[in-house]
Amino acid sequence: MSTAVVALEQVSKVYRTGEVCVEALHGLNLRITPGEFVAIMGTSGSGKSTLLHILGCLDRPSSGRYRLAGHDVARLDRRALAQVRNRMLGFVFQSFNLLPRTNALENVELPLVYAGRPRRERRKLAAAALERVGLASRLFHHPNQLSGGQQQRVAIARALVCDPRLVLADEPTGNLDSRTGIEIMELFESIHRQGVTVVLVTHEPEIAAYASRLVVIKDGTLCSDEPVTARARPFAAASGAGSGP
Amino acid sequence: MKLDEMIRAALRALLRNKMRTFLTSLGMTIGVGAVIAMVVIGQGAKAKVEETFTSMGTNVIIINPGSVVTGGAKAGAGTISTLTFDDLRAMQEELPSIHLTAALLKATCPLIAEDQNWTTTVNGTTPEYFQIRVWAASAGSTFDVPDVEHATKVAMIGQTVAEKLFGSADAKAVGRKIRIKNVPFQVLGILERKGQSPSGYDFDDQVFIPISTFQRQIAGGLHNYINKGAIYVAANPSFGTTRAQADIESLLRERHHLAADAEPDFLIKNLDEIAKAKQESTETLTTFLAGIAAVSLLVGGIGIMNIMLVSVTERTREIGLRMAVGAQPRDILLQFLVEAVSLSALGGVLGIAVGLGAAQRLAARFQWPVKVQPELLVVAVGFSALVGIVFGVYPARKAAQLDPIDALRYE
Repeated sequence: MSTAVVALEQVSKVYRTGEVCVEALHGLNLRITPGEFVAIMGTSGSGKSTLLHILGCLDRPSSGRYRLAGHDVARLDRRALAQVRNRMLGFVFQSFNLLPRTNALENVELPLVYAGRPRRERRKLAAAALERVGLASRLFHHPNQLSGGQQQRVAIARALVCDPRLVLADEPTGNLDSRTGIEIMELFESIHRQGVTVVLVTHEPEIAAYASRLVVIKDGTLCSDEPVTARARPFAAASGAGSGP
Repeated sequence: MKLDEMIRAALRALLRNKMRTFLTSLGMTIGVGAVIAMVVIGQGAKAKVEETFTSMGTNVIIINPGSVVTGGAKAGAGTISTLTFDDLRAMQEELPSIHLTAALLKATCPLIAEDQNWTTTVNGTTPEYFQIRVWAASAGSTFDVPDVEHATKVAMIGQTVAEKLFGSADAKAVGRKIRIKNVPFQVLGILERKGQSPSGYDFDDQVFIPISTFQRQIAGGLHNYINKGAIYVAANPSFGTTRAQADIESLLRERHHLAADAEPDFLIKNLDEIAKAKQESTETLTTFLAGIAAVSLLVGGIGIMNIMLVSVTERTREIGLRMAVGAQPRDILLQFLVEAVSLSALGGVLGIAVGLGAAQRLAARFQWPVKVQPELLVVAVGFSALVGIVFGVYPARKAAQLDPIDALRYE
């Protein structure tokens, strides 16, 4: 069990704004093992965004321990956290966050640029990642020449290109229509089947249903944590039928 | 991230907003252009002034007679005294600060060659004059002491006169006859081209004949006064022109019996001092232009800082994303710093082109020599890059210190 990708122990996060202290997370424990597909749900203000930021090494817990793939990352400084994000994490955002007027290939190359990889290697890895998300024919398209779903695929390729231990997706279907959303979730599912550990934050039960484990956060603590049954996934079944030949 | 990739990324970012990039670097372009034009023109003007005054002779002092009106009628009565040949001899004999002296008498006379005529200044002088003015013959020779002693009818003509009378300034004119005031003279030599004086007088439009000949043939008799003319003096270099000028002034005051507070009845022109004053005025102009250039560089720098701050704000989400995928604060800092420096260096390079162009045009117009030192261009580019660093650091630091979470959330 020491090989857990994520091991949070008694993690708390307190925000101070002037005199007022807000405790966003309160003694939270969470373990995620390699190959899991975890959905995190919760109402706004439940602390799920804070949890995502801590998981993504964008923020540090006020107290408690966070081991990411065996490395203690709870007390690292900004520079070291940037390195951890670069080497071990992949991010997918609701609003894609692609660089404008920069083609798909170069967008996907970005994490490799900061990893200091040579140009030729970057090209090769980025092209392979784009192929993996089904965009082999769109390498040189700019974001404004791509549909929303295609843009999100580019973002997923970018998250995968460094071969991360953990992919974090924050409402990845929030800016997409439901049909495209289903396509993106199927992509996540297939990535998961290839052995990538995925953590997905959403407030839509239909989207959470694609995961294999559902974690619900309420008032800064775990409210429930259980596997997702196949029966709870109506959209997956429906789309599977719809996408047939 | 390597520097070459950063520069490439910065140039791409700048190319995305071509108009903005151009307008922002325009401030630097104007600043650097002004500096370049100012330095090049300043040096050209200085060289031109030096050249002109060197051509007039170094260590030269000119004394003009009676240029100053002597006060009221009472003070002046019976004491009028302009320069005399005795004054000249006294200076030569009594003042060790003087190296050479020459009297120059002037008259405007009609000249006639075989089929051409021309009216110009005819000067009677002694051979020392050509030494004082450092003026040699380009063809033939200058007249000598025996010519003065025997009042021979020989003439030295300037290039302009040669062209007017003989069609060209080459050696063909030497030995030919011209008539000055209907008196025949033989052309002994043609003088080197001197060009124009700072006030625009054409030195080459003159004829020189021995002073004794001038007195007999042109002025119509011997006079002791050097009225229409001047005394030319070359100061002894080991004393300097300032000392020589003071010595001449006190000697002439004594010889002319002038009271200590009386206006002098002669006028001394120290060419070295005029040259220095001219140079100082060009330097003042250069300093003034440097001030303007410094201000426009400052304004250009502020423009760059302003646009970089706008750019950082506009690209907050991009910065957040770059941080999320692993950019170090240092990477972000350098990214924006390299962009600012590229902007200012671009402006600098354009400024060099503009500055050199302007300098060329102005120099061509005023016939100044254009001297461009390569160091100047290096300094200009280096300085504009420095402006980019100074004014780019603050926006770049602001970008690097952004919190990735806030940056990603920024709308």
